[in-house]
Formats: sequence, structure tokens, C-alpha cells
Amino acid sequence: MKLLLGVGGSELSYQALTETLERVSETGDELTVVIFENEDSDADLETVQQRVQERIDESGLEPPLRHIDGTSPGSELVNIAESEEFDRIVLGGGGRSPLGKIQLGPVVEFVLLNAQTPVTLIR
Amino acid sequence: MTRTYPDEPAGEFPQPPRTITDREDRTIDVISADDADTESLVEMYLDFDPADRAQGIPPVKDEAIREWLETILDDDCVNVVAKHDDTVAGHATLVPDNEDEHELAIFVLQAYQGAGIGTALVETLLGHGQAEGIDHVWLTVERWNDPAISLYEKVGFEISSAESFEIEMAIRL
Repeated sequence: MKLLLGVGGSELSYQALTETLERVSETGDELTVVIFENEDSDADLETVQQRVQERIDESGLEPPLRHIDGTSPGSELVNIAESEEFDRIVLGGGGRSPLGKIQLGPVVEFVLLNAQTPVTLIR
Repeated sequence: MTRTYPDEPAGEFPQPPRTITDREDRTIDVISADDADTESLVEMYLDFDPADRAQGIPPVKDEAIREWLETILDDDCVNVVAKHDDTVAGHATLVPDNEDEHELAIFVLQAYQGAGIGTALVETLLGHGQAEGIDHVWLTVERWNDPAISLYEKVGFEISSAESFEIEMAIRL
């Protein structure tokens, strides 16, 4: 299966990366990691790139790592998934509000509503 | 993300304890609550209709309910409950975020919905909050939940963001 994992720099997105890497080392799925700047997290692209590369190195896998620039990472993710025939988009998300309500960020929401590709949300 | 609040503060809200008669002629006491009320609140949430849950709360299982209550009955939170005799019929809470603003949520057992208890709970919670020096309160509500949205508007909340799955509303006290 061809997997497209998006990482925007939130803690939940790094957790999704770790879980996906673990799973892929068992299943042998074909993983591509795409990083972007999520407006909801303060991390810049360089920091995200560094942390993602560290986790990838630890895993011993060598998935291609790509960047999305611009202000609509959700829309870009959907485009890449469709034009390159990915089987699934994977994202981390669903943080909790102070009193415990689950909240979806703008990127996750855009992808869930607009993707023609199946989406897995890791929360 | 900065939240937009109404320019003008809302008026003064009533403080607990209060006794009201609901539209079903039941006598309801609206009183402040803290962690000493954990057991009666666990009981209420075990009775709560799962279909009335919003965005993952309240949790369903006993243990998860207790864990969640521990967070929202903490000293820096503000809580009120609506009691009908010994039954807790509803609960409203203000929980601080990292910006010195407070998130509001309210829950009313199904058998007590539509009788004005929710409005009394929210007003009394906001009065309690005012007395504690709280001045910025926000909440999120599902966009299909018209009864809740009109309740919040009636009390003085204004929509601060309608861009995502949930509508966000805010009030200045």
C-alpha cells in the first residue's frame, strides 16, 4: 500500500510519525513523508524537518521526505495523494481542549472533507 | 490564535445558590460544586445519554469519567450543578486555558432537558465566574446544535469563529 503521511509540527503529528514508522516496518508499506508548516503550531519548516529526519533515522527506514510550501498544506496533500495515486493519507490530530473536547485542526479538517483518498487520523 | 470577544462586557449574572422552578414545575437548586461532589457527578454521567455527547465528552466508562472529573473539578475551575432533590440533573463548568481565558461546557440529563435548567445553569455559572474574577469565557458547539446555540446567544455569547467543524462562541464578563 502507498501511504502519504503529513507532518505539520504538532506533537500529535510527531506521534503519528512514530506510530506509522513502526507499523510500516512490520507491513512493508511504501511510505512517503511530507512536511509542512501548520499554522496551529509554532514550529518552522526547518525544525520540523530536523525532528522528522531524526525519527526516520532512528527507525532504520528510508522513506522519501518532501516539503510542502505555501498556505494550504491540506489542499496540497490532497493533490499529491490523487495525482500520484496514493492509497491512503495518514495524519495525526484530534488534540483536546482544556476541558477535554476533541478538536480537529484546519489541515486535518480540510483533508477529511476534501480527499478522494481514504484518510487515517491517528489520535 | 487570538479569539475575538464582544466589545462590551455582559451584565451581571446571578450567583449560586439559587432555587428555580423549571417548566415542568420541578424545584431545582443551582449550587456551586467541587471535588466533594465527585460521586454524585459520576452517577449523573453514568446516566448520561451517549447520543448527547459532544466532541468526545463526557467519557462513557466509570474510570474515564472519574479521570475527566478530576481535571474539571480542580481548584482553578468553577463548577455549578443543578439538583432535583438528591439527583444531579445538570452540570456546568469553566476550565482555564493557557491564556487566562476559560472554556465553558454544560451537560443536562435527558429527562431534564428543554425545561430551562440549561439557561439557569449557564447564567449561574457565569455569575459564579464573575465573582471569581473571570472575564473571558469561550466555548465550542456543533453547528447543527441549534437549541444550544440559541441558548448561548440569549445569555450574551457571540460567534467568534465559524470556520471549522464546530462554531466557537465567546463572552466578555
